[in-house]
Amino acid sequence: MKQFKAFVQKEFLHVFRDPKTLLMLFGVPVMLILLFGFALTNELKNSKIVICDFAHDEASRDITERLSAGGIFIVGQTISDYTKIEETFKAGNIKLAILFPAGLYDNLMHQHKAQVRIIADASDPNSAATLTGYATNIIMEYQRDLLKEAEMPMQIIPEIRMLYNPELKGATNFVPGVMALVLMLICVLMTSVSIVREKELGTMDILLASPVNPFLVIISKAIPYLFLSIINLIAILLLSTTLLDMPIRGSILLLLGESILLIITALSLGLLISNVVQSQQAAMLTSMMGMLVPTMLFTGFLFPIENMPVALQVISNIVPAKWYYTIVKAIMIKGLGIAAIWKETMVLAGMTILLLLISFKKFKRRLE
Amino acid sequence: MNEDVVIKTDKLTKRFGNFIATNEISFEVYAGEIFGFLGANGAGKTTAIKMLCGLLAPSSGQATIAGYDIYRQTEKIKQNIGYMSQKFSLYEDLTVMENIRFFGGIYGLKARELREKSIELVETLGLESESNKLVGSIPLGWKQKLAFSVAIIHQPKIVFLDEPTGGVDPITRRQFWDMIYRAADRGITIFVTTHYMDEAEYCNRISIMVDGSIRALDTPYKLKQQFAAQSMDEVFFELARGGKKAE
Amino acid sequence: MRTLKFLLQKEFRQIFRNKALLPLIVIAPIVQLLILPLAADYEVRNINLSIVDQDHSSMSRDLISKVTSSGYFKLADYSPSFDKAFRQVEDDRSDLILEIPPGFERNLIRENPQQLFVAINAVNGVKAGLGGSYLSQIIREYNNNIRQQWLPANKTTSLPAIEITNANWFNPHMSYYLFMVPGILAILVTIVGSYMCALNIVKEKELGTIEQINVTPVRKYQFILGKLIPFLVIGIFVFSAGLFGVARLVYGIIPVGNILLLYGFLVVYLVAILGLGLLISTFASTQQQAMSVAFFFIIIFMLMSGLFTPLDGMPHWAYIISQCNPVTYFIEVVRMIILKGSGPEDIKKHFLIMSGFGILLNVLAIWNYRKTG
Repeated sequence: MKQFKAFVQKEFLHVFRDPKTLLMLFGVPVMLILLFGFALTNELKNSKIVICDFAHDEASRDITERLSAGGIFIVGQTISDYTKIEETFKAGNIKLAILFPAGLYDNLMHQHKAQVRIIADASDPNSAATLTGYATNIIMEYQRDLLKEAEMPMQIIPEIRMLYNPELKGATNFVPGVMALVLMLICVLMTSVSIVREKELGTMDILLASPVNPFLVIISKAIPYLFLSIINLIAILLLSTTLLDMPIRGSILLLLGESILLIITALSLGLLISNVVQSQQAAMLTSMMGMLVPTMLFTGFLFPIENMPVALQVISNIVPAKWYYTIVKAIMIKGLGIAAIWKETMVLAGMTILLLLISFKKFKRRLE
Repeated sequence: MNEDVVIKTDKLTKRFGNFIATNEISFEVYAGEIFGFLGANGAGKTTAIKMLCGLLAPSSGQATIAGYDIYRQTEKIKQNIGYMSQKFSLYEDLTVMENIRFFGGIYGLKARELREKSIELVETLGLESESNKLVGSIPLGWKQKLAFSVAIIHQPKIVFLDEPTGGVDPITRRQFWDMIYRAADRGITIFVTTHYMDEAEYCNRISIMVDGSIRALDTPYKLKQQFAAQSMDEVFFELARGGKKAE
Repeated sequence: MRTLKFLLQKEFRQIFRNKALLPLIVIAPIVQLLILPLAADYEVRNINLSIVDQDHSSMSRDLISKVTSSGYFKLADYSPSFDKAFRQVEDDRSDLILEIPPGFERNLIRENPQQLFVAINAVNGVKAGLGGSYLSQIIREYNNNIRQQWLPANKTTSLPAIEITNANWFNPHMSYYLFMVPGILAILVTIVGSYMCALNIVKEKELGTIEQINVTPVRKYQFILGKLIPFLVIGIFVFSAGLFGVARLVYGIIPVGNILLLYGFLVVYLVAILGLGLLISTFASTQQQAMSVAFFFIIIFMLMSGLFTPLDGMPHWAYIISQCNPVTYFIEVVRMIILKGSGPEDIKKHFLIMSGFGILLNVLAIWNYRKTG
């Protein structure tokens, strides 16, 4: 046990004497939280649009005013030439063009019918759909106010309640994903690289030649990263609760427990990689390509899994972070207990045992 | 011996912050001689060599290499020197022949000259059957002989060898020194650092550095007389014992 | 010139001989280009819907069929009560609950206002927001329909109605691939350019061969050109393979704009991004450091480039960062030329800014390279 302590101590020294690695350990998570929490959002604000107004009447002016009032649109310019629209789209920046035909208000009042045309730059289809929707809503509101629709009979009023996240913040979705990403990144990448480095330098043989059980040697390499990951996790949770106003509605202990489970899963994966590859460069590439990219893609926090082709949906099930992501959302945001997430927990635990078995077996074969 | 001076330094100094790596070293090296540059680890040899090759700008002092100024004419110097460092510096993922042609090419050898030289070089080294093998796959001793041949492929005036024989067996070291003598016979001045005191005996003159300064400079014979020593080993211990950094 | 020839020859030999790097250059981009656009689909559809119908009337059934046939929603289940439906949300089996209270039809026929209860899982705010607005729109249309059906004709026909028509230019089928493929292509070129270039130079540093080159008459600019040109060629190759291979054959994307203009901008961009790789290499002394540093920058550049999330929604400070990011301009230009056929006049600003980046990064790199060399 005393020797084991010495080993763990040595590993901590390695980590703390390498400022660049430490920067990676703590800088990347903080950066990711800040970017995902504050900078990256799917909301659209201040999108530039052009108005092509042939009407110049009460209706077109009123609608234009409403469009520029909401903070969603910035009415960049008003043009009176239909053919100019394509030009402005091609020059970039402009996302939407709204066309008011001549005599809009007159038609509306006397023929009870008028047309407004919305043209979107759909090279970004998602923004195009969203902005078209916003603009449609604003125009419909104008119509409702004009009609005094509220006073009409047979009114259906949808009472919409947003569960868990009434302000529709992006962070609610991103933070659990970033947690999964960071834990995977640190544990898989760092353990595999640190073990392979000793392999490369030849110091591994010295360690294995010592009287300590070789399995303890390997475990001692993983312990600093377990420790650092927990600190990282706490830092992320503090940052997201204080800066991003994220709730932790469920049990913190359960959250920590599940996180430690994921960390162990990731550490065993790191061990496995370190057993298979020979160079640090290979360890890095395998960890990045084999772990980081799938985690970003298949966890579900960046892209909805239900939109993916079935084959990719099936693949997403072998990504540990996906299960963790579901668990974290359930605990932090929905405030649920173990009863709701035991299945996901079992899957993660199963993965961990499997990974540990394989990597210990590989390691043993190498010792023999 | 030809008395033309090819290397001349005057109070050459390099500081890294507060640390003085080489402290006001002054010496001359004559054309065609084998000049041994000795010192314990960390005595400042590598720093000195790097300055002489134009890899590192001196903090103060003067030096001329093959008649060119070390501050202003580094490009001219590079045309006239060869260099082989303790870190092995051929491309391991290129073949023997590719390495020779590459270095010959960047030293400006003409196409025909390059072709003849490379064939000749491979033959002299007895590497005919290895010429299409990757350098990474041939034994260390051969790599070092090859590196030396490549360093003098352009017939430089001076070649700097920074611990060229580290890690090879005594027979290979012997062969390596034969190559050095042959190069010296062709008029190439040899500037060599080494840890091996028996190698020091092969040099025409040697200097011994301790803590960044040159403490002794003469022929091996005269140095042994001066310190009343039987071997260069004793001379070296005598001097190095006074050094702070020596173990 | 001759020296450069030898340097290039050596560089290409080494690159083609590197069994670890070559697949990374050739295969990885193609695989990523194949998989990423399939996965990176943001479009909001298939929102799982739980229905709590306590009215069981023809009107409620009618409304339900309107909602389920809209294409945005997928019926997950009918729950007998809101609580049961809520459990579905907790288990992630459902995202949206629509509750139709008892007496829905009766109240409406009596011309009274009637409420509907909607609860949306808003963990993913964007999805929730869009889902809510889709549903409101469907309900509003349904509302108009029943008015036309039930109210006396004179009450409805005289009402003013704005008919909104919309058009989606440049991408009428609203294909997300069309948007993502050019963007991902741009990222791949960036990774190859900066990452590989930095790694390659640092490897020479680590092995000590750079020192050997430094004592030869090879000039610094020759050495740097010897490093930049191969990766410039590889960058152009990767871009072309992606554009004419994967994008064209797999996704059927044919650039609308001028190919020469696109390649012209590509070259300027590659020079800039190779300068970044060079700069990173001057800071790092081991390959591991170079990888970490390059990784750090690439993550920031990728996230802040408008590849996945629109720049328009960013807070001001983040928007400014995105405007200091060369990748932003490249992705914009690639999308503009490929999808919209933008011309030289349209990308003039981008071109000038990118040239600025190219000069700045390369000057910094060379300056720093001198200092350390």
